[in-house]
Amino acid sequence: MMTEQSQASLTAENLPVTIQVAGLNFFYGSFQGLKDINLDIYEKKVTAFIGPSGCGKSTLLRTLNRMYDLYPGQRAVGDIRYGGRNILDANVDVNILRAKIGMVFQKPTPFPMSIYENIAFGVNLYENLSKGEMDERVEWAINKAALWNEVKDKLNKSGLSLSGGQQQRLCIARAVAVKPDVLLLDEPTSALDPISTVKIEELISELKEDYTITIVTHNMQQAARCSDFTAYMYLGELVEFGETDSIFINPVKKETQDYITGRFG
Amino acid sequence: MSQNLEISNNDIYTRRLWQHRVGISLSVFAMATGIFFLLWILSVLVINGLGAIDLAIFTNTTPAPGSEGGGLFNPIVGSLLMVGVAIFISTPIGIFAGVYLAEYGEESRFAQITRFVTDVMLSAPSIVLGLFVYALYVAQVRHFSGWAGSFAIALIAIPVVVRTTDNMLGLVPSSLREAAFALGAPRWKVATMVRLRAVKAGVLTGILLAVARISGETAPLLFTALNNQFYSSDMNAPMANLPVVIFQFAMSPYDNWRELAWGGALIITFSVLGLNILSRILVKTTKN
Repeated sequence: MMTEQSQASLTAENLPVTIQVAGLNFFYGSFQGLKDINLDIYEKKVTAFIGPSGCGKSTLLRTLNRMYDLYPGQRAVGDIRYGGRNILDANVDVNILRAKIGMVFQKPTPFPMSIYENIAFGVNLYENLSKGEMDERVEWAINKAALWNEVKDKLNKSGLSLSGGQQQRLCIARAVAVKPDVLLLDEPTSALDPISTVKIEELISELKEDYTITIVTHNMQQAARCSDFTAYMYLGELVEFGETDSIFINPVKKETQDYITGRFG
Repeated sequence: MSQNLEISNNDIYTRRLWQHRVGISLSVFAMATGIFFLLWILSVLVINGLGAIDLAIFTNTTPAPGSEGGGLFNPIVGSLLMVGVAIFISTPIGIFAGVYLAEYGEESRFAQITRFVTDVMLSAPSIVLGLFVYALYVAQVRHFSGWAGSFAIALIAIPVVVRTTDNMLGLVPSSLREAAFALGAPRWKVATMVRLRAVKAGVLTGILLAVARISGETAPLLFTALNNQFYSSDMNAPMANLPVVIFQFAMSPYDNWRELAWGGALIITFSVLGLNILSRILVKTTKN
């Protein structure tokens, strides 16, 4: 199925593209999870993937940092252009790729160590900072995640001692601390209460000043609220991609309209 | 819908209620049986062994045949030394092997074979392991020694540590691993810094259980460390140890030897019980 761009997204063609997905197919063993995906992810914009469960939106997100590599039997074919290279190439160093394209998961996943160490863990992988520089980086990252005031007096406490919403912001801080280009958010608020959700959404709109953000969400209001571009997916295909406003107000495809208005899915 | 709360004449509910009662009774009976025998064993041990427990049992060495008194100082030291060395050997091997199995167990044929062999080793008769070390080491150097005893019981401890480490690591949710990989961490760092660290209390429990398991082993020590009537901390010489002393003294005609055997049994049992309790406390405190 060809991707139909909404008319309004024509303006997007002038935006710098960070990741360009072309002809991407994905397989779980013999099952094809993604079918010929073509899509541009624009620099310092928020791109949302929406669609019913099993449509492939998380799969698509997990190809962008090759997280699927961890599981034998999963493979991606096609072209994902980032930094001038096809990141699906076998000789791409996935560790460096993942340091550049960070990810935050559905459930908060603090490491079993202190709040400070949670942040320092990723930084130490690629940088050799002095104690003072590290202190600064940790504070900077936690500040970025709007968590500093809540944890500044207990940086040595276990990351697991925080509430769910705080843990999720810690995970965002951890991802930000390594200074990636892109942040992939895989349903980052689906395990959180409404107040924490609002905080994370506010955070997303602040973070896009500096980062390219891609978010998978089940919550269409969330996509409408925080994203600049939206991709609607169904059964492994990209049905429609365009500026969020036009997707939500004036979708080209009838399937998109049915999903968005709740008649389906 | 009526307001009647009398549902006792509902057939399905009545049957389920009885199934519940029978099930609960059976499990309470099973638990009571287990506890009954455990308490019986402990009480027999305490009744017979408590009389032997005094300062002398910890300070005097084992008595010569026909002499009065005596203690278990040399077998206690010997057991501590050999168990200590065995754990020192088996902990790193066991943890690294466990990490390897948990990381590569699904994808590598070699790891699957290793896991199978570990399971076989877990249930291998300990006397066979004793014979193995006897043939390979003792018979070559032509003398019994503390080292040989340590090697034999280390062979018993290694699979225990491997299996608990492997099982514990299996409990770490894949989301935690993915989160570490998502930061660009290499695999060995994810395995040790995040995954292993998440279950360190469980792994420590495995080590304590291995200590508990090997401190009572008798058969492998008979062929390897043998025994020593005198105090010796030379690992290269035959070495006294509690299980073998209990074995020999319990069957002896001397009253003081038999009393010492009970005392030794009491010391081992309560040390092992203490280790088990300690491991539980450790798990609890780490969870909080």
